[in-house]
Amino acid sequence: MTDTLLRVQGLKTRLGDDTNPVRAVDGVDLDIRRGETFALLGESGCGKSMTALSLMRLLPPSGRIVDGQAFLGETSLFELAEMDMRRERGGRMGMIFQEPMTSLNAVRTIGDQIGESVSFHDPENRGRVSSRVLELLKSVGIPDPERRLNEYPHQLSGGMKQRVMIAIALAGKPELLIADEPTTALDVTIQAQVLALLKGLQKRTGMAILLITHDLGVVSAVADRVAVMYAGQVIEQASTKHFIGTPAHPYSRKLFQSLPDSRKRGQRLTVIDGAVPKLTQQFNQCRFLERCDKALKICAQVEPPWQSIRTGEGMRCHLEVAETTEGEDQSDQADERPRFTGSNEVLLETRGLKVHFPIRQGVFKRVVGAVKAVDGIDLVIAPGHTLALVGESGCGKTTVGKSILQLIPPTEGSVRFEGAELTRLSRGSMRRRRSDMQIIFQDPVASMNPRMLVGDIIAEGMQAQGIGGNAKQRWTRVLELLDHVGLSEEAADLYPNEFSGGQRQRICIARALAVDPRFIVCDEPTSALDVSVQAQILNLLLDLQEERSITYLFITHNISVVAYLAHEVAVMYLGRIVERGTVEEVLDAPLHPYTQALLSAVPTIDSDTGREITRLEGDMPSPANPPAGCHFHPRCPRAVDACRKAYPETTHLSETRQVSCFEVGEE
Amino acid sequence: MIRYWQLFKESAFLYRFRRDKVAIASFSVLMLLVSLSFLAPLIAPFDPYDPAGIDIMDSDIPPSWQEEGDPRFSLGTDAQGRDMLSTMLYGTRISITIGLFAVLLQLFLGIALGLAAGYFGGRIDSFLMRLADIQLSFSTLMVAIVVLAIFQASFGTELYNDLAIFMLILVIGIAEWPQYARTVRASVLAEKKKEYVDAVRVIGLGSGRIMFRHILPNTLSPILVISTVQVANAIMSEAALSFLGLGMPVNKPSLGSLINSGFEYILSGSWWITTFPALVLILLVLVINLLGDWLRDVLNPKLYKD
Repeated sequence: MTDTLLRVQGLKTRLGDDTNPVRAVDGVDLDIRRGETFALLGESGCGKSMTALSLMRLLPPSGRIVDGQAFLGETSLFELAEMDMRRERGGRMGMIFQEPMTSLNAVRTIGDQIGESVSFHDPENRGRVSSRVLELLKSVGIPDPERRLNEYPHQLSGGMKQRVMIAIALAGKPELLIADEPTTALDVTIQAQVLALLKGLQKRTGMAILLITHDLGVVSAVADRVAVMYAGQVIEQASTKHFIGTPAHPYSRKLFQSLPDSRKRGQRLTVIDGAVPKLTQQFNQCRFLERCDKALKICAQVEPPWQSIRTGEGMRCHLEVAETTEGEDQSDQADERPRFTGSNEVLLETRGLKVHFPIRQGVFKRVVGAVKAVDGIDLVIAPGHTLALVGESGCGKTTVGKSILQLIPPTEGSVRFEGAELTRLSRGSMRRRRSDMQIIFQDPVASMNPRMLVGDIIAEGMQAQGIGGNAKQRWTRVLELLDHVGLSEEAADLYPNEFSGGQRQRICIARALAVDPRFIVCDEPTSALDVSVQAQILNLLLDLQEERSITYLFITHNISVVAYLAHEVAVMYLGRIVERGTVEEVLDAPLHPYTQALLSAVPTIDSDTGREITRLEGDMPSPANPPAGCHFHPRCPRAVDACRKAYPETTHLSETRQVSCFEVGEE
Repeated sequence: MIRYWQLFKESAFLYRFRRDKVAIASFSVLMLLVSLSFLAPLIAPFDPYDPAGIDIMDSDIPPSWQEEGDPRFSLGTDAQGRDMLSTMLYGTRISITIGLFAVLLQLFLGIALGLAAGYFGGRIDSFLMRLADIQLSFSTLMVAIVVLAIFQASFGTELYNDLAIFMLILVIGIAEWPQYARTVRASVLAEKKKEYVDAVRVIGLGSGRIMFRHILPNTLSPILVISTVQVANAIMSEAALSFLGLGMPVNKPSLGSLINSGFEYILSGSWWITTFPALVLILLVLVINLLGDWLRDVLNPKLYKD
């Protein structure tokens, strides 16, 4: 089983015109064995997707393979005629993409789309296409496949669509499945389902999987071997076990150190300074040089050669393996921050907060129902602390944030900020209140007006609130703020599109800080960013909290970020909070079955925790039509009769802890 | 200011303009027509508005290269003895003026109503958009003909002739606002959902400032594109109305009324009175539309990414 299925040698792919090409892939060697899962790990823009597209010969119009060879078995992929390549594509090599929403044709039934692949790539089954399609749907675990066959993509959830994509890829009985970020667009519980499905299919069919991902957790959960890409090259390759235990290359080591988790609470995260170098240049030094703190003289003069460590493992570095780990503080520092044990002070409080969006139908726009996005939420946040609101997409967590800020008027309930009832404030007084509370959005691209200078964007809030003195004083303050969030003063005179994602998020933070808020809603502020950049932003947010005792409502789906920076956690499911408590209480000993499932679905980088994975079946129901009784009972592994009849009362276990589950209520 | 100039010089906009021969040609022709017509009082050999300078004896002279031509009148004269070249220069000026100001009026109405409809939504939106639907169900020409005919009948031709240019601007301007309002509303609906709008609301900006400072600049691209087409349309509408005798009076002719005044004589051999203004009108509308097409391609983000 160790014979090589795919061999890539010296692959070089370029994009753009010839005078100034982007060297997207710059000399990549890979060997993938039959039946193994090989992960290609890297941050955005490092060339991992371009490698996969080169193998499939599906590069964008301006892209071309300039050098290198690739063999699938005995077939040389780059020498095939386009006609023969079409047979390989979707035949011996299947591919699934990141966005299941856009990878399916919206106007054809899924049965049609799978059938098409069967009749083109699977001559044996050409006579019995429809029964083969049914088999495929069953094999990817789609419930009720006979009915689903005639449905259109919009009738399926994201996880289901990804399963259909996998079924299409399987139709050609591939020997190699290329999965380009297959679970990045999915929620963790769905991600766990899809990863388990891929593993199961691999066991049954013996296909190899080339898994492209940026998520170390996913790598450690499913990959056998891993190659790390940086700036168009593979800089380290190892078995997953060795890689997770002792990453060798300085970049890989830093990547691990910049991951937030509970053991790093109270410490600053390691950041990788600077950014990935521009790929338009010709390299004759180490590509990681400027960001490496162990760089030697030789690193700047000679491009490091491939250094073999074990069979099939190695790295691209001048240092010896022992040297790369030198000088690192290995000891786990003790938790420096005092544990949060509840507080009598209250900065913000919501009681029975509800946001319902009416569903209207017909000519007269009659209200026929409501999407209960937020359905009775009680929250208390103590000043200077961080409450994390955790949940999967569609559970209403963003709506909670926006309705607290009165961006979406709540349908019912109260929001009190320092005792003042925000829902009853007049427009004018609400606008004056705005300087106390700000928001940082997930997408730093969409959250800034692209036609305004960065300086004006930051100054605008001060102007609107009439603070910060005259125009000149305001400008001085803008420059101070930019400096504070780690940007240079020149940034004020540029437009937002001249910055990278992480820098833009810093600008957004500076804008929020400009009005001196005491409370900031952080709506997934790092989920659009790479791991190393995420660490920078999290460090900045924590520093600000320490300096100015700002209170955060941190909305996220990333449990490790919660573990790293939150004081309290509230877990949301379908518009309601199912469990809340201090971060230690909830993460270490979750009580609600949903919390338990959510936590166990998160892939962690600890290879041998031996924990039991509670795998959830199905998807989150629609908030327009929540299940009767406990919202979670259709997916709950421990549901009993009572759960189907009524929504469980909230049980207060301690001053900080509360759970809504019959199981807990009875005890 | 220098920075903006620098930005403009390095912009993709200018780069793509320089590489597109059609765009360069259209732009040059348009600039030539505009500058010639607006410099008419300086360069025209005669003043067609001055009755003292017109001699009825000079009427119907063919262009100078024909046998009966007169070297004084390079493109000939019309039935009243006016030099065609001068009259056309002045006429083009009137046509362009009406086109520009009518579009400015459309812009003003369309942006104000479209922004309000898109931003506030609900009843205001329904009301304004139904109003636009109703207005669009009457054709521009029909409205214009009715309004202008009533005005002419009730206030007399004398007053009408004095106010014709304002009336035309007003009528064409008001009749076409729904085009803008719909485009602006659609863009506003798309922009309103973006997070930067929420971000400035959180900062505490008022609706007016959000609408004009933040949303409006981001809807300018489609506005710019339809503006070029609308200028061409307005010039055409004016020409059509003038041709029907409801536009500019004979003593202050636009391109349309010139075409009209020559139309009667076209069968008696005086082809030049109609043909030359018609050619100028076609050329003018064509280059504006070509520029509009080019602009749409450049500003369309979908085509832009290739």
